[in-house]
Amino acid sequence: MMWPVGLRSGSKRWWGWSMALIWGWWCLSGWTLAVELTFELPDNAKECFYEVIEKGTESTLEFQVVTGGQYDVDVVLTDPRQAVLYKQVKKQYDSHTFTADITGEYQACFSNEFSTFSHKLVYIDFQVGDEAPLPGMGDHLTAMTQLHISMETSSQEVHENLNAIIDYQTHHRLRETQGRKSGEYLNERVMIWSIFVTGAILIVGFGQVLVLKSFFSERKPVQLYGYN
Amino acid sequence: MFGTGWNTVRGMPVGFWLLLVWLPAFVSPLYFHIAETERKCFIEEIPDETMVTGNYKVQLYDPRTNGFAPSSPGIGMHVEIRDPDDKIILSKVYSSEGKWTFTSHTPGEHVICLYSNSTKWFSGTQLRVHLDIQVGEHAIDYANVAQKEKLSELQLRVRQLLDQVEQITKEQNYQRYREERFRQTSESTNQRVLWWSLGQTCILVVMGAWQMRHLKSFFEAKKLV
Repeated sequence: MMWPVGLRSGSKRWWGWSMALIWGWWCLSGWTLAVELTFELPDNAKECFYEVIEKGTESTLEFQVVTGGQYDVDVVLTDPRQAVLYKQVKKQYDSHTFTADITGEYQACFSNEFSTFSHKLVYIDFQVGDEAPLPGMGDHLTAMTQLHISMETSSQEVHENLNAIIDYQTHHRLRETQGRKSGEYLNERVMIWSIFVTGAILIVGFGQVLVLKSFFSERKPVQLYGYN
Repeated sequence: MFGTGWNTVRGMPVGFWLLLVWLPAFVSPLYFHIAETERKCFIEEIPDETMVTGNYKVQLYDPRTNGFAPSSPGIGMHVEIRDPDDKIILSKVYSSEGKWTFTSHTPGEHVICLYSNSTKWFSGTQLRVHLDIQVGEHAIDYANVAQKEKLSELQLRVRQLLDQVEQITKEQNYQRYREERFRQTSESTNQRVLWWSLGQTCILVVMGAWQMRHLKSFFEAKKLV
């Protein structure tokens, strides 16, 4: 980076700091994005999400169906030229990494059109690019001692491991949510059906007696036999 | 780039301040389309005391250019956030560009709904909504933290690691809470199956006995038995 002519060394350091902070802020606010969304996909519906990706950026699309029906969904990922990059039919969960060929609008569509009554809850994680470095990390102008460099390397490693842990936790939570929601649904259904069956027993029991009694009633019993 | 010939403001060249001001307010690559009267909801399952930040930007479809206007100041978006007990935490109308933050006080599924404050009765034009939701330690703006607390790079890195570990701990606690809820649900199902089956068998037996007794007395009255 070219220093403006005439800048003194003291203000140079502050200049370097500020520029590093600004670029760091810019990086954090603009580029790298990992958006996790959980949304409901009604039956016979299709939801699309769009993302503008720069050429050469490695991106990952991950999805998982949390509740609903057979826990499956159709996924189609298309590039700006409408060419299909990735297509899955009735898939429960998957993760697809791709590198963008051209800059433009990429489209990820999730479809529940094959289902007539079950609405699904889908979790998606669309990650574009690598994670932005912390502000000030790109600043190599201040002297970095050997200790400094090794500490930065090991803390970067710890950070990546923690990211992996958080990722595993998310996957675990999604799996566990599936089981839990299924258990809650079962609980409800057991209650509803038990009430139904009890009602049916009572109705049939009293009904049988009433119908039988009506067969033996005084008024025209012979004609009643003609019903069948 | 910034020569000494430029005017300076507070010791820094004008370009510096311009750069600071010009930095984009919000650019999210992820967007989707909704109709004007449509309501779109997202669910965030989070532990308690977790901060969630959301940024959005709305653009109106312009039929003349067959695209979306870069900025449409006329529209407002209603943001409604409900907690797991279906209580409204946040319900506000923002302009076409907005940022909201909330901290959860109960663990569970929070529902974030967005819909425009359009007064039309049926779906009007299409809206393009740019959305970015960040949860927990992703919601923290480290540049801001570094500036406010004057941390060095290493201190900032350690702070980030600490925040991440805290987030992991909260998620683990939430996992225990969820597992307990699941266990309670399963035990409740077990109880229900047991008691309802017993109850139904009893009702069947009692019903059968009552039927026979009732019919016997009925036939005796009819002098058929």
